[in-house]
Amino acid sequence: MPYVPHTTADTRAMLEVVGVDSVEELFAEIPQTLRPKSFDLPAGMSEMATRAKLEDLASRNSTNLVSFLGAGFYDHYVPSAVDALTMRGEFYTAYTPYQPEASQGTLQAIYEYQTAVTRLLGMDCSNASVYDGGTAIYEAVMMAVRQTKRVKVVISETVNPIYRILLGTYTVNLKLELVTVPHVDGATDFAAMEKAVDKSTACVVVQSPNFFGCVEDASALFAAAKAQGAVNIISAYPVMASVIKTPGAMGADIAVAEGQSLGLPMSFGGPYLGIMTCTKALVRQMPGRIVGRTTDSQGRTGYVLTLQAREQHIRRQKATSNICSNQALCALRCLAHLCLLGEEGLRRTASASIGNARYAAGKLAKIPGVTVLNNGPVGNEFAIRLPRPAQDVCLAMIGRGFVPGFPLGRYYPGLENCLLVTCTEKHSRRDIDILAAWLEDEL
Amino acid sequence: MSTVFTKSAPGREGVWPKQPEHDLSDLLPAGLIREVPAGLPSLSELDVVRHFSLLSRKNYGVDSNFYPLGSCTMKYNPKFCEDVAGLPGFARLHPLLPQLPRGDELTQGALEVMYESERWLAEITGMHDFTLHPMAGAHGELTGVLIMAAYHADKGNKKTKIICPDSAHGTNPASAAIAGYEVVSIASKDGIVDPDALAEVLDDEVAGMMMTCPNTLGLFEKNLPKIVEMLRSVDALLYYDGANLNAVMGKMRVGDAGFDVVHLNLHKTFATPHGGGGPGSGPVGVCEKLAPYLPISRVVKDPSGRFHLRYDYPKSIGYVAPFYGNFGVVLKAYAYMLRLGREGLIKVSENAVLAANYMRKRLDDVLEVPYDRICMHEFVASADKQSHKGVRALDIAKALLDKGYHAPTVYFPLIVKECLMFEPTETESKETMDQFVDDLRDILALAETDPAAVQAAPVTLPVTRLDETAAARNMHITEDM
Ligand SMILES: Cc1ncc(COP(=O)(O)O)c(C=O)c1O
Repeated sequence: MPYVPHTTADTRAMLEVVGVDSVEELFAEIPQTLRPKSFDLPAGMSEMATRAKLEDLASRNSTNLVSFLGAGFYDHYVPSAVDALTMRGEFYTAYTPYQPEASQGTLQAIYEYQTAVTRLLGMDCSNASVYDGGTAIYEAVMMAVRQTKRVKVVISETVNPIYRILLGTYTVNLKLELVTVPHVDGATDFAAMEKAVDKSTACVVVQSPNFFGCVEDASALFAAAKAQGAVNIISAYPVMASVIKTPGAMGADIAVAEGQSLGLPMSFGGPYLGIMTCTKALVRQMPGRIVGRTTDSQGRTGYVLTLQAREQHIRRQKATSNICSNQALCALRCLAHLCLLGEEGLRRTASASIGNARYAAGKLAKIPGVTVLNNGPVGNEFAIRLPRPAQDVCLAMIGRGFVPGFPLGRYYPGLENCLLVTCTEKHSRRDIDILAAWLEDEL
Repeated sequence: MSTVFTKSAPGREGVWPKQPEHDLSDLLPAGLIREVPAGLPSLSELDVVRHFSLLSRKNYGVDSNFYPLGSCTMKYNPKFCEDVAGLPGFARLHPLLPQLPRGDELTQGALEVMYESERWLAEITGMHDFTLHPMAGAHGELTGVLIMAAYHADKGNKKTKIICPDSAHGTNPASAAIAGYEVVSIASKDGIVDPDALAEVLDDEVAGMMMTCPNTLGLFEKNLPKIVEMLRSVDALLYYDGANLNAVMGKMRVGDAGFDVVHLNLHKTFATPHGGGGPGSGPVGVCEKLAPYLPISRVVKDPSGRFHLRYDYPKSIGYVAPFYGNFGVVLKAYAYMLRLGREGLIKVSENAVLAANYMRKRLDDVLEVPYDRICMHEFVASADKQSHKGVRALDIAKALLDKGYHAPTVYFPLIVKECLMFEPTETESKETMDQFVDDLRDILALAETDPAAVQAAPVTLPVTRLDETAAARNMHITEDM
């Protein structure tokens, strides 16, 4: 059978050493009453036949559409070398670096990843990753709750709605008070957020660019919240962070991000990368693995997992989080991607994406009956209001091979006619021109 | 080896997209523009390729080293599975597509992979339904405990506690605690759960118990039927930590055995690579009465054979992942299951158990094996004998590194002194295991004659033992600018 190397002679020799006559004897302790009632599975297939089946399944997904879908998950260009490097078996067939001397490759890479993302977000400290950008928000909120021993969480409705639902799932039994502050035409209502903050507030949570694409400055809110003793949390878009005011510069205490846009394929929702960074003051509240630099017994530089007294394998139920496996290989991809693009490449990616969005917004706003929802500056996405339901328009456009954006009504009742349109550097002017022409046609 | 940041030379061109047409200052107001550059490196492509290639050479992995790390099931990760997960038809698929009007039709292939994977896992475990959303084992545990909580809340049960055996993995009590439960630990007897100890703490406030079977000592939990009965009597649920499923495929189905909730680690049993720490995938299976509480979305098949995502489950705990979990990992596991099929999966468990017993028998005269009877897919030994000479489990682990092996798991489970946990897996040949045993025996012999030599290990790796205390004290966790 595939992947098991034993010959009949090997098996016989091993059974003899163990002192049993058959493999079945090794399972004698499992009583008959616990034996499977059924195990009705297909027979195995050759590699060639399995490949044919999976290629057929892959062909039944529509990946040839021209797509303006983003909403937190972006199709940026990934250099070929990212795959080549992260597919090295020495990286991807290793476990968590529990034995540092035999894992310096993984450990140094994580240390470099921590350095890269803290620099990108303008923060002090990073962990080795959590599952995704949504669980990163949840973990950030829990850090704040532990740190402040308070229960109120003030969150803007402009934070990705999927992440807000997820936060609700995790905290349902925890007696937290989640206060969601409604958006105003896609903008964060900073005045209302500030009003909602008081001495019982554990944290404020915002996103910039926000779910509607608005680039916002939370500095004033963060200053006010800090004065009340609350922790400031921001969810960022790491590609954009290379060019816009950083979480650190705004006064964030914790900055998190979905790292998918830094070198990870869309892959139907995962695996992705939860980036988590914070200030020095909060590092002992951080969940998950952290790598630190140290020296070996001969004084040479080396790297180890550190501050482990926060973690489940030491603290069990008193740990800062239950996380054990994280998204290490995705963090490695992220680091390789950042190194290959470099500072300039990333800034160009961001600028080109914003430039495309600017061009698209201009084009679409010229269509009679279409208006841009956002009033302020946007990054690489923006929302438009259509004269009829966005769902219908979207359906018609898919028929033409174009996904024009994400209809907002699903998560924002009242915005049924609105569409969130996303551009990256991969879109050509021609893609955008056709989008505009056909959209006009459909309306 | 210097870091990638020190190799940077400003101006050196990497993989840049074409020059954007706009200046940033035309696109954003000055107050919103980043003031200082991030300080990311500027490198040529070869600089980057060489840096990472050199780093990779400082790592042990299954591809290059025998990796008998107990509880982690470090089996071979088939290249084929990696390859198909990269098919553009999957890799390029945006997760929001199904949320568009008639979006299900755009993603039939992916939905079928999810539906079929759930069916396979349900049949392997005897559970009624599965969700693929949890992104690792611990995430599955949290999901499972939240499902248990939703069940009790729905029934109006006042439940405040979850029981974990003292042999449990640290994630079990941690997951129960962050879901809002008080954790009650019970002592094992003869390496397994003691029904008398359970009886002492079992009352109406117990929401459930988390068990690993075979447990983290590699032992089958013989009293399982009795334990199930006891929990049922107070309407408590039984949770199965499936990290050790590799031992029992086709031999026991946890659903048949009475477990109510289970998580599996696809990155163990189903051969998806561990990636130096992740990503994993921790699907959760439930019995019929818990199915209404599963996370949304759920994938269904209609009578015409089309697949759909559905969200209308009013009792669902909600979203635990942004979309459908680590789909790319699930896809690899699905490819693996298709390759092996029914007989192959049974053979996996049979050979994993055979290998562990073989290694146990080849070592039990030189290492103390506290529970020296037939084990399942792994066994726990103790370096207690050696520690009297000053050689600890950690020293033996380091000495193994020098011989080119990854070390076994050390100091877990917490209930065995100087613990070394070996899990050879079914994919390692007898020759590999024999050589390993010989080398380990040499190390143990050396521990008698020259303990200092073992304590000095490793000496052949890029670094010797590292100062972890200094690491925690100095906290250099990022490189200074
Ligand atoms: C017994 C057991 N339970 C749970 C886990 C946690 O799984 P993960 O690391 O995928 O979160 C592990 C893995 O280390 C384990 O060995």
